[in-house]
Amino acid sequence: MTVTFLMSAIAIGTVLLFGCIGETITEKAGHLNLGIPGIMCTGTVGGCLFVSFYMNSLEVIENASWIILILSSVFGAFLFASLTGAIYAVMTITFRCNQNITGLAITIFGNGLTQFLMHSYVDKTNFSTAGKIIAKCLPFADGSDGIVKVLFGHGFYVYLAIIIALITTFIFNRTKVGLNLRAIGENTATADAMGVNITLYKYVAILIGSGIAGFGGVFYIMDYVKGSWENASTIEAFGWLAIALVIFTLWKPNISIIGSYLFGALYIAAFVFGNISFSGREILKMLPYVITIVVLIVTSMMNKKENQPPASLGLSYFREDR
Amino acid sequence: MKKNKNNLKEPFVRIVKRDNIKIQKIILIYSIAIVGGLLLSGFISMMFSDKNLVDFFQSLFTGAFGSERKFWLLLQDTSLLLGTSMALLPAFKMKFWNLGGNGQILVGCLAAIACMFYLGGKVDDFVIIPLMLIASVTAGAIWAAIPAIFKAKFNTNESLFTLMMNYIAQSLVSLCITIWVKSGSGVLAPIAYGNIPDIGNKYLLPIILFVVITVLMHVYLRSSKHGYEISVVGESINTAKYVGIRVDKVIIRTMILSGAIAGLVGFVLAGSINHTISTASANNMGFTGIMATWLATFNPLMIILTSFFITFISKGMVEVRKTFMFTNDSISNIVVGIVYFAVIICSFFINYKLVFRKKEKEEIKK
Repeated sequence: MTVTFLMSAIAIGTVLLFGCIGETITEKAGHLNLGIPGIMCTGTVGGCLFVSFYMNSLEVIENASWIILILSSVFGAFLFASLTGAIYAVMTITFRCNQNITGLAITIFGNGLTQFLMHSYVDKTNFSTAGKIIAKCLPFADGSDGIVKVLFGHGFYVYLAIIIALITTFIFNRTKVGLNLRAIGENTATADAMGVNITLYKYVAILIGSGIAGFGGVFYIMDYVKGSWENASTIEAFGWLAIALVIFTLWKPNISIIGSYLFGALYIAAFVFGNISFSGREILKMLPYVITIVVLIVTSMMNKKENQPPASLGLSYFREDR
Repeated sequence: MKKNKNNLKEPFVRIVKRDNIKIQKIILIYSIAIVGGLLLSGFISMMFSDKNLVDFFQSLFTGAFGSERKFWLLLQDTSLLLGTSMALLPAFKMKFWNLGGNGQILVGCLAAIACMFYLGGKVDDFVIIPLMLIASVTAGAIWAAIPAIFKAKFNTNESLFTLMMNYIAQSLVSLCITIWVKSGSGVLAPIAYGNIPDIGNKYLLPIILFVVITVLMHVYLRSSKHGYEISVVGESINTAKYVGIRVDKVIIRTMILSGAIAGLVGFVLAGSINHTISTASANNMGFTGIMATWLATFNPLMIILTSFFITFISKGMVEVRKTFMFTNDSISNIVVGIVYFAVIICSFFINYKLVFRKKEKEEIKK
């Protein structure tokens, strides 16, 4: 019971973690991307599309290789998600459109595109087989139980998320690139005066951030639910939670590892514990959002500089505006 | 100077801010964008079907205007979107990014349904309906006031706060449905009590109500002291402080108004249209309303046009989907998304212009 609960919490947490890291990178560049839910959706369809291409090219589907499945899903998800992110990037960086509005449009578009393609044009016949192979855990944790299973019994994507989170933290805090990126988010004009190539940094940050967020959806479909598809709104809901998580973790990817697992636990508790009433479940489902609001309020009340959102978040930058 | 000219090349194209732009040019830019967006959507629909572009536009129009009932529904849904936009407008005017329209409509709807559920059959309808109205408006106002208070006192980020409030409202609705529906089906059957009587036909009430509210809002924002305060706070909070406007008071007051109108939309949904509630009752109008408001550049009378246009596309796409035999309804989201992109980019061409590099030879001649 506890093992299943923790396993599911980590799995849902991983979906959120990918979205959260992606959004954090984008927000560090000063762009509030409300398109992340839509981008996570298109990432899903990209990954699923490439997996289906590979599965259909095989004669015996049981022989599908793990490494190619992982590579094709990672590649597809990254490609589609960053292409969607590219629409957002062109509109908000080059055309300086309002970020909130553009993000909402991206979410509507991404949700529709994903639902449309997944429903009618992605061949889902071999997905359950592919899902089982992708979800395969490290060999030594096979068949184990208890703490070993909770720590090592996951598929590749769970560890990928942790690695990406740690690398992102390192880049933010220890490298010149990270410093420049944070400077852009805090005060774009200053960064421009420093000689940082604003447009390049913003584009790269949004494309990479979107690509990473795209992994979340494909992980959920291929690994956690093993290839079954309900609808895009499930993944969209994860996307909004991921945006909430960015605030909860105070724009720090290393904290977001813990934060996302906590959110995952809150999200999944409603489904795993069968002995609580229906209304109890609904209240549990409400909790992640309530907690996010509390965190939002507390951080704004404490007013500590390092816990605030990037100062130029949501503002378009035009050099001649000064 | 001459040396520099050889080393530094002028960029091929650069962006310059426009000072002023003629209204004809704005209309031209928007028309190009809308036609372009729809053409692109038509081509995309053609890619997945054997129908052609004429079919696309034909069914787009029959879907919206095809029959008398469709036309009334188009007007009714336009008016609901108009009402939602009126709720969001004052908040946006003071740059308070209220993304919580969905939640505010939903709690308004929930409050009305709760009155219908608990009082229906026990009290006369003429008592229930005013109670529903009061409950809806209060619920919407409270839901909007909570983020506003924290924004005013601690500068808490309002867009994320209101976004979270949407989800809490949704959970609240599913919680109430699980309590009310004993069978566990999760679907609340339409309630026969507390239904607002029809005037003329059943579509007319929201249409008249929200057109009146639009006119009132236009006057409120344009000619009242409150409206002036809202626009000053929106332009610059520091200016507002220097003039002696109490910014926190304005933020909270405006959001209460905003939430109250959203609650009113919920009241109409519950009492006049659906007579029931689900987590999707707000029909995502909180978000489409943002689009309508923003595309109309915060002008109440323009919002009538934009909300009509948005409703027209979503209604028309239902018919396109049937003609093109798409088995799921998500194609309309794709089209709506594309048209939004096209229209959003217009703001760039209205605020900025592109200046291309002049040919070298011309410069030498000078």
